[in-house]
Amino acid sequence: MNGYNFAYLDEQTKRMIRRALLKAVAIPGYQVPFGGREMPMPYGWGTGGVQLTASILGADDILKVIDQGADDTTNAVSIRHFFQRVAGVETTTATTAADVIQTRHRIPETPLRSGQILVFQVPIPEPLRFIEPSEQETRLMHALEEYGVMHVKLYEDIARYGHIATTYAYPVKVDGRYVMDPSPIPKFDNPKLDGNPALMLFGAGREKRLYAIPPYTRVESLDFEDHPFEIQRWEHSCALCGSDHSYLDEVITDDKGGRMFVCSDTDYCQTRRGEVA
Amino acid sequence: MKKPALERPVLLDVQDITRLYGPAKGCEAIDFQLHAGEVLGIVGESGSGKSTLLRVLAGLEAPDAGRVVYRRHAGEDVLDRDEAELDLYAIGEAQRRALLRLEWGLVHQNPRDGLRMGVSAGANIGERLMAQGQRHYGQLRETGQAWMRQVELDAGRIDDAPRTFSGGMQQRLQIARTLVTRPRLVFMDEPTGGLDVSVQARLLDMLRTLVRSLGLSVVLVTHDLAVARLLAHRLMVMRRGQVVETGLTDQILDDPQHEYTQLLVSSVLTP
Repeated sequence: MNGYNFAYLDEQTKRMIRRALLKAVAIPGYQVPFGGREMPMPYGWGTGGVQLTASILGADDILKVIDQGADDTTNAVSIRHFFQRVAGVETTTATTAADVIQTRHRIPETPLRSGQILVFQVPIPEPLRFIEPSEQETRLMHALEEYGVMHVKLYEDIARYGHIATTYAYPVKVDGRYVMDPSPIPKFDNPKLDGNPALMLFGAGREKRLYAIPPYTRVESLDFEDHPFEIQRWEHSCALCGSDHSYLDEVITDDKGGRMFVCSDTDYCQTRRGEVA
Repeated sequence: MKKPALERPVLLDVQDITRLYGPAKGCEAIDFQLHAGEVLGIVGESGSGKSTLLRVLAGLEAPDAGRVVYRRHAGEDVLDRDEAELDLYAIGEAQRRALLRLEWGLVHQNPRDGLRMGVSAGANIGERLMAQGQRHYGQLRETGQAWMRQVELDAGRIDDAPRTFSGGMQQRLQIARTLVTRPRLVFMDEPTGGLDVSVQARLLDMLRTLVRSLGLSVVLVTHDLAVARLLAHRLMVMRRGQVVETGLTDQILDDPQHEYTQLLVSSVLTP
């Protein structure tokens, strides 16, 4: 496409972001500031993730974009089109075929392999923000490993609801050091962060922060001894593919109380149906 | 035969502290020692520099000159001599913050400054314990309820937010939250300010009991001489950033020597 550099960003910006990414990979879970650029889309639509993807994308890479697990939702479709136009890269919906997967709110059900890169879109990168509004203070708390307040939040959950009611953006400790917000993925996906063979990058466009979990890194979800971490479970199986072990969305089908549970990962669901059929 | 130590060991050694925002604004050349188990009252009018001094002592604001030395193992067997003396502003920030969080305590005049208003009473009391690494919900809760009873709060309200508590109850909660890690040294800035007289009296009574039963050392800043008389063993009178008189509480209040102290003592209204 005329008038644009490959993948929209200029090469200097890409270098700057890659340097920040190298630092993020070197210090797992640490939030690295970067000079975020204006992108041709509003904040909150994935500007952080798009900048990271643009910086790491090569001409031969195959890109997959998902939003809430689905390849066919607005956010996923428009970002996929964006990179088709400005980078001319090949795109796919198959998790196994993709080199780079940009995601919002999910990790694919199909296990990732070594060599793949998962790019997360992050709204609020600071896990301590809800309890400490000052950025200066939260940075100091990270530097000094003052993470007692994270458990205040979990304590409050149990006191109020009888169990840890945080179901998404569930805080994790990366490599025994930094407490990190895994972006608003359901806590169902938290165990997939631990020891994953793929490289996972997180970009927050509004806050201009990026962080990373290198392959095969230890990631623990915070909990109490007498209230251990648990993932969501459903009594149903997927109405389409019959899966009893994937993350399910509840879909309302009419105004008479009709509903069905289906996999949120559309590629996984379709692949399973193809195999069964 | 082992003789009991007559002189109590020095816990806090304050050497020539100066923190000035302008001429006579702040505190200047303050020198004193706080002994283990002692309650030291700092009295003076508004703007006399007593709160500035407290902020410097409590590690919140670095002094322009002088040292604050904390003798950690005062009165105990000194196991580790290197650790025994800590110069508050020479040690690293990490160590200072850990000290403030775990071995020291600060009770603010306004409980809203010392409490997390958004989370329940139990979470407030448990926060310091969680910072120490306690990860057992049931135990945190038991400790929280025990402390609520100790500061005469209804333990059944452990899940209520502090904003639903009255001013006096919030202050009790703040005290429980501070004392839960059994600090050795507590700084109090007008702990009974803004409370009505009967609530003040009960709070003071409770504080006095706690100080005695836990063997706390306290630096207490107040402009209320009645509070000082009830709690403090020793008094320091400040005016325009300087200490004008020090001595035992009763001695200062019954036989003031400096003209400013005389004015202060004679200004107290008696019903």
